Amino acid sequence: MILKRIVLGVFLITGMLFNAADGSAAEKKAKVGFVYVGPIGDHGWSYQHNVGRLAIARTFSDKVKTTYVESVPYGADATRVITKLARSGHDLIFTTSFGYMNPTLKIAKRFPKVKFEHATGYKRSKNLATYSGRFYEGRHVVGLIAGKMTKSNILGYVASYPIPEVIRGINSTIIAARSVNPKIKIKVVWVSTWFDPGKEADATKALIAQGADVILQHTDSPAPLQQAQKNKVWAVGQASDMVNFGPKAQLTAIIDDWNAYYINRTKAMLEGTWKSQDTWGGFKSGMVKMAPYNKAIPADVVAMAEKAKDGIIAGTVHPFTGPIKDQSGKIVIPAGKTADDGMLLGMNFYVEGVDGTIPK
Amino acid sequence: MIRLELRGQVSERMVYCSPFFAVIMTLLSGMLIFSFLGVNPTQAIITFFVEPISSIDGIAELCVKATPLVLIAIGLSFCFKANIWNIGAEGQLTIGALAGGGLCLLFFNSSSQFLMPGMLIFGILGGMAWAGIPAFLKIRFGTNEILTSLMLTYIGLLILSYLIHGPWKDPEGQNFPESRLFQDAALLPIILDETRLHLGWIITLICVPVAWMLMTYHLIGFQIRVMGMAPMASNFAGFRGKNIIWISFLISGGLAGLAGTIEVAGPIGQIIPVISPGYGFTAIIVAFLGRLHPIGCLLSGLLMALTYLGGDNAQIELNLPNAVTGVFQGMLLFFLLASDVLVRYRIRIVSFKNKHRNIG
Repeated sequence: MILKRIVLGVFLITGMLFNAADGSAAEKKAKVGFVYVGPIGDHGWSYQHNVGRLAIARTFSDKVKTTYVESVPYGADATRVITKLARSGHDLIFTTSFGYMNPTLKIAKRFPKVKFEHATGYKRSKNLATYSGRFYEGRHVVGLIAGKMTKSNILGYVASYPIPEVIRGINSTIIAARSVNPKIKIKVVWVSTWFDPGKEADATKALIAQGADVILQHTDSPAPLQQAQKNKVWAVGQASDMVNFGPKAQLTAIIDDWNAYYINRTKAMLEGTWKSQDTWGGFKSGMVKMAPYNKAIPADVVAMAEKAKDGIIAGTVHPFTGPIKDQSGKIVIPAGKTADDGMLLGMNFYVEGVDGTIPK
Repeated sequence: MIRLELRGQVSERMVYCSPFFAVIMTLLSGMLIFSFLGVNPTQAIITFFVEPISSIDGIAELCVKATPLVLIAIGLSFCFKANIWNIGAEGQLTIGALAGGGLCLLFFNSSSQFLMPGMLIFGILGGMAWAGIPAFLKIRFGTNEILTSLMLTYIGLLILSYLIHGPWKDPEGQNFPESRLFQDAALLPIILDETRLHLGWIITLICVPVAWMLMTYHLIGFQIRVMGMAPMASNFAGFRGKNIIWISFLISGGLAGLAGTIEVAGPIGQIIPVISPGYGFTAIIVAFLGRLHPIGCLLSGLLMALTYLGGDNAQIELNLPNAVTGVFQGMLLFFLLASDVLVRYRIRIVSFKNKHRNIG
């Protein structure tokens, strides 16, 4: 009796297997793949890239199929996942975190017909382009607002890793803040992670205990903003508009908007005009945007922030305009000069007004 | 009415059957979950468990992913059989990777053919050294090895973090926390063209029978088993408990260290801030799923690796979230623990009438 049932069950299951195998005929569409370092979630770095992916899917709904793999660790797994995407017929693959640089480079060599784009890296090849945002432009606007809003003249910065990208953001913030209030200092805590709510919250508490009343972050969780709200100090969102996590505390947020870039690159791929290149977009190309300003910010401060933003778009304002001194007081950018991209990309020194030293 | 009835003695058959029950139950519940997610369940199971290994490359990837899991699980089996709870394989893996990888960074100009074997030996020694600390503390002070080995994992990860943000950082890496790329002489040779299958897999396949022989036919294996099952009897037999603690810790530490070096000298090719996505912890599940038997560990390691590959594939093909991987691994362990009830109990189906009569 029981045996009979088991045999029947096996038949049923194998029958289902064959059925399923039959129904997989797909029409020919171009495929665009994404690799995310974190879970998509509802805010932050990977979330914004996924918003870009969805923009591609909407724009080219009849021509392009998009796929993604989330939470892909650096190292052995990244290589496997990117290879898998390349092998499974993807035409264009975006690898959206710095740690994917070497794997992407290696795989791009093995699959010369597939086009690759790596975010925030510096290694390129014939079929590997790079792209990133000029987030320091957003930091400039944030610095101006923070400079006007602070009462204690101490800004707190929750930083991830001491790489040029992060140091550039710290410098851009303090230069702008001191341009409206030269007494301001900035304190930095390095948490050595991109996403760890616990560590980020602890760092925020430490900064507030040291007198910081505006919290800035270069990490991905909403914890600093939440802590700021709890302690009734200001904060600035990162990557996404995080206003829901701290509606009272969030002054504004620097938003990464990849939609236009992703749509353009997909279009180029479809039309056969795709070329390997380096793109570094800011306010002007819309890759960096500001979230709505907190109602508590005085109108003249908002006007100043908007003016700075318009100036950056018009090219009349540059966040790194001399004279700029480093911590020892030595002039690194002379008066009337601005930092070129080479200097910005390799930035590894603090400017005047930053407390502490860069971890070596 | 179903009743659990205590068996007279442990069922040998059930010890080996329950992992298969667990796998079957996982598959069935998985199908249920998939149908709730609105995905054709058989299609999903095929995507998850069949497609990833339906090509040579897929099988190679499976072996690459399984290599560290199997190696560590085999080592842990020695500990667990002796009732010694080494929870710190992740740390032993990390220190092993640092010892092996460090040798490469020290001789970064060398193209000697002895470099790679030397790295593997250093990796084993590194893992042994790290596992030796909880062994020593347990023997000398009677400390609880669960706590010490676990805590040492965090210390190991912090040492990695320190080295990679400091002295071992790639001098040309723009301050990013990565070591330089290993030169070819330091990399494990690829044993199957066009794939990533490396020498580490062969090493793993050699370790399986060696560990089996050691466990089954060698006096050491016998002592370990006796100590685990009946510590008093082991004492009466004159086995030295201290020696068994040392040996089992050194074997598991050595294998974890070897796994770490194989990862950095194999698929990764440099030292990065996150060498292992938790292999040291996942291997605990692998060891128990494999019934603390080397061949079982090989099979369960492959199965566990398949859940990772399947997770990638399910994301790419079916747009399922990455959490599906975790759900499958969790269900596997849950059902294994549940099925293990059958080792000590048998199921009796008692009809209501019978029961009634019993009461009457």
